[in-house]
Amino acid sequence: MLSRLWNLFRRKRLERELDIELRYHLESLEAEHRSRGLTPYEARLAARRDFGGLSQVQEVYRDQRGIPMLETLLRDVRFSLRSIRRTPVVTFAVIATLAIGIGANTTIFSVVNGILIKPLPYPDSDRLITLSHSAPGVNVADVASAPFLYFIEREQNQTFEGVALFGSGSATVTGQGDPQLVRRLFVTSDLLPTLGIAPLLGRYFSERDDAPGAPDTVVLSYGFWQRHFGGDTAVIGRSLTIDAQPWTIIGVMPQRFRFLDQQVDVITPQRLNRGQVTVGGYFRRSIARLKPGITLEQASADVQRMIPIAIESFPPGPGSSREQIVRSKLRPNLRPLKETVIGDARTALWVIMGTIAILLMIACANVSNLILVRTEGRHQELSIRAALGAGWGRIARELLTESAVLTLIGGTLGTGFAYGSLRLLIAMAPANLPRREEIAIDPPVLLFTLGLSVFSGLLFGLVPIVRYSRPWLGATLSAARRWSTGTGERVRVRAALVVAQVALALVLLIGAGLMIRTFQQLSRVSPGFTDPAEVQTFQIGIPQATEPDPELTVRRQQDILNRLAALPGVSAAAFISDLPMGGGVAADLLVPEGKIFREGESPRSTQSRFISPGVFNTLHIPLVTGRDMTWTDIYEKRPVVMVSENLARLEWGSPGAAIGKRLRGASSADQWREIVGVVGDVRDRGLNQPVTATVYYPIFGERVYNNRVYVWRSVTYAIRSTRTETPAFIDEIRQAVWAVDRNLPLVNLRTMADVLETTLERTSFTLVMLAIAGTMALLLGVIGLYGAISYGVSQRTREIGVRIALGAQSRQVQRMFLRQGLVITIVGMVLGLGGAAALTRSMSSLLFEVHPLDPLTYVGVCVVLILAAALASYLPSRRVSNIDPIQSLRAE
Amino acid sequence: MAKEVLQGTLDLMVLKTLETMGPQHGFGLAKRILQISEGILNLNQGTLYPALLRLEQRGWIKSKWGTSDNNRQAKFYELTAKGRRQIAEEKESWELTVSVMERFLRNRVAGKD
Repeated sequence: MLSRLWNLFRRKRLERELDIELRYHLESLEAEHRSRGLTPYEARLAARRDFGGLSQVQEVYRDQRGIPMLETLLRDVRFSLRSIRRTPVVTFAVIATLAIGIGANTTIFSVVNGILIKPLPYPDSDRLITLSHSAPGVNVADVASAPFLYFIEREQNQTFEGVALFGSGSATVTGQGDPQLVRRLFVTSDLLPTLGIAPLLGRYFSERDDAPGAPDTVVLSYGFWQRHFGGDTAVIGRSLTIDAQPWTIIGVMPQRFRFLDQQVDVITPQRLNRGQVTVGGYFRRSIARLKPGITLEQASADVQRMIPIAIESFPPGPGSSREQIVRSKLRPNLRPLKETVIGDARTALWVIMGTIAILLMIACANVSNLILVRTEGRHQELSIRAALGAGWGRIARELLTESAVLTLIGGTLGTGFAYGSLRLLIAMAPANLPRREEIAIDPPVLLFTLGLSVFSGLLFGLVPIVRYSRPWLGATLSAARRWSTGTGERVRVRAALVVAQVALALVLLIGAGLMIRTFQQLSRVSPGFTDPAEVQTFQIGIPQATEPDPELTVRRQQDILNRLAALPGVSAAAFISDLPMGGGVAADLLVPEGKIFREGESPRSTQSRFISPGVFNTLHIPLVTGRDMTWTDIYEKRPVVMVSENLARLEWGSPGAAIGKRLRGASSADQWREIVGVVGDVRDRGLNQPVTATVYYPIFGERVYNNRVYVWRSVTYAIRSTRTETPAFIDEIRQAVWAVDRNLPLVNLRTMADVLETTLERTSFTLVMLAIAGTMALLLGVIGLYGAISYGVSQRTREIGVRIALGAQSRQVQRMFLRQGLVITIVGMVLGLGGAAALTRSMSSLLFEVHPLDPLTYVGVCVVLILAAALASYLPSRRVSNIDPIQSLRAE
Repeated sequence: MAKEVLQGTLDLMVLKTLETMGPQHGFGLAKRILQISEGILNLNQGTLYPALLRLEQRGWIKSKWGTSDNNRQAKFYELTAKGRRQIAEEKESWELTVSVMERFLRNRVAGKD
């Protein structure tokens, strides 16, 4: 078989060889006959007779040598290559359109494939789930997991192969060069076995490593191992200084290891002490692996069964009671792990994918039109061939081969285009886009591209086939064609293609329009603070090992703050547990003093921030009433608190009324705190989210949320200055911090404007994608319309000549074409409006304060489209006035 | 009286001829086959070439270009080791066929008596 395939490529030589061989045979026969006394003529005849049919032999020989079907195909391909070379402009336009269409689809598909379709990089990853819980009794949708749940779920489940608990945080690594803040994963010893991943070097934590009081052991990520130890395999058993303590390295993870969507540098055991576990403490997350054949529902029922056991098995935590926990109605909230990883990127991605697919359809309609024009040019040729007996199948095959050749060239170029644009796209994509590193052009993507090419080849290849491979010879070969007005079926097919283009373009433009309106609405929203570009922020964490005392830790933080505030050009500075919009969980329950909860009513969940004095002044969040926090409040651990304006209105009616009132957390161990100030609202979860009810506690104090004395070791500093982001300023900041502690790493150096931008990233990414697609769709649609009208004008030149000769004004004729263009547009628009109304519904989660049927967008897009269509039909119809009736009649 | 060549028998004839005579070009093979069959066979000499190609594709013979006796370029066919084994196999199956046919024909004749 292979040799036959190979033979296809050296046909010429083989053909010549066969010729030599056969001729030799014939001539030898001839010579023999001559030597027997025959005349040369008789000898040649005798030789032929002996040999048999020469061309029959050749034919049999050829068939046997190659693969007949393939040869026909190759012949068709060669033929179509020759024929598409004859019309280079159309060919170029077709291939370019296809390359862009297919390339764009390949690019977006590789993103969708990498994020949504590909399984997570763990064996049998479809059996991995997020073992989370919810507490509808207190209106909390997701309470993740806690040690008391984990122990019971691990020990008493009937549906899991493995359950693991983990949490993440940061740690400071010192000992080599500048101190480094690294991302740390706290795990139980069953995490990696549950995921099904083994370490590259050394070993993973055993149960003994994970026992309370075990020596400090650490497993490194591949990236950290490479950066910090240069990939030295002798690293096992060596020591790493984490938070000023020596830890023994016992293993290194393989390069392909990814933990959900988190960046991980070091992994350390949690070393939970089962004897000290109490009910509560929902600070950890949990994953589990289902036993084969177990469904999510079965697992849910299993967890539901274990929750009461877990609550009974451990004593309640400080300040809470068993009744309180039962009232929270804890229940399972299991979902596939992949869903957790992907998060809300799904809708945006599918919308973008759909958009690009529509764009490809428009491109195909355009290409169809171009091909039709070209096939029409070959009208005569095709009808002659049909008349000479070329069958339907034969001509159809040729036309189809031609479109297949075009799409495969387009597809190949498109793949190249996709390689380039994918790189651009990944660079442009939001940093919080999950699974970014898994996006690549891999075999499934290439298969998709191939399928797409074949599909679009068929799509636009079928149109001319339906039109041209039917026998219609009589009519076209006769002179009647000369007078055809082009109002027949041919024009209807082309008009239908343009209608489709207009309809699809309208859908895309409305999608883009809605995103623009969303962006517009978002930019009108105030985040709650002003001049964010003039606030430099960064994070530092003081490890317990270097400063165990809480108060001294705060004093050290204040020492740093004072040095920062003294820098030239700094007008204000402060520090806070988490920046507004910088993340953090908003699920702390609030109890105002004296409030009686009615049946079914539960405490409000609020966002907590812990602040130093001056935060609001630095961020330009207005102080509505009352006073700011003071250092005296902080060091004397006074029971004071500040609240956001909306919280004050919700609970006490007005900001003024809130001052002097008291509140505390849901735990009865918390102390009542007096409200001393009310500040402006901040859109903490993003501009497109409602304002958050926020409680601001002193950065240091006691008895908040079950903590006796609390301190924030990792804090974010905010410095207001016009010198933000200048290298000199950054350097001064560094020196100021290092003057206090040389071992403190500064991380997340960015301005408040960057923080704000991050929350807008996904919206702006979707907007840019849709805007590009919409613009391209509009352009393609307009070009299609222009082409259809101008082609109509050129085809009907003779008819126009007659009309004008008979007394029609050229303006009237012009108006006829204009009307035709507008009719096509309006039909397309009506169809498109229906499609848009149906499709934009799927976008509603991406929109902000814009209805999916936003009238402004719909009307605006229609007006733009009508204007563009009018222009696209007006320009070619103007050519009508150039038509000279005498010449047009004489032309043929 | 000349008979058409039975499909499949030509292959064995070619192989056997190459075995006894060594490398041959097409014309030489045709001549030899006709000579041995002593005019009983009616061979369209052209049909030899598709047969040669078939044998070559199966790896039983190989070909190379050489010079003929009258100093002209010609393609010479030669038996491969695989082809040599094939002869034995073909011969065996052919003899089996012959003996079965013989027995069958004799019985039929006997039955008639």
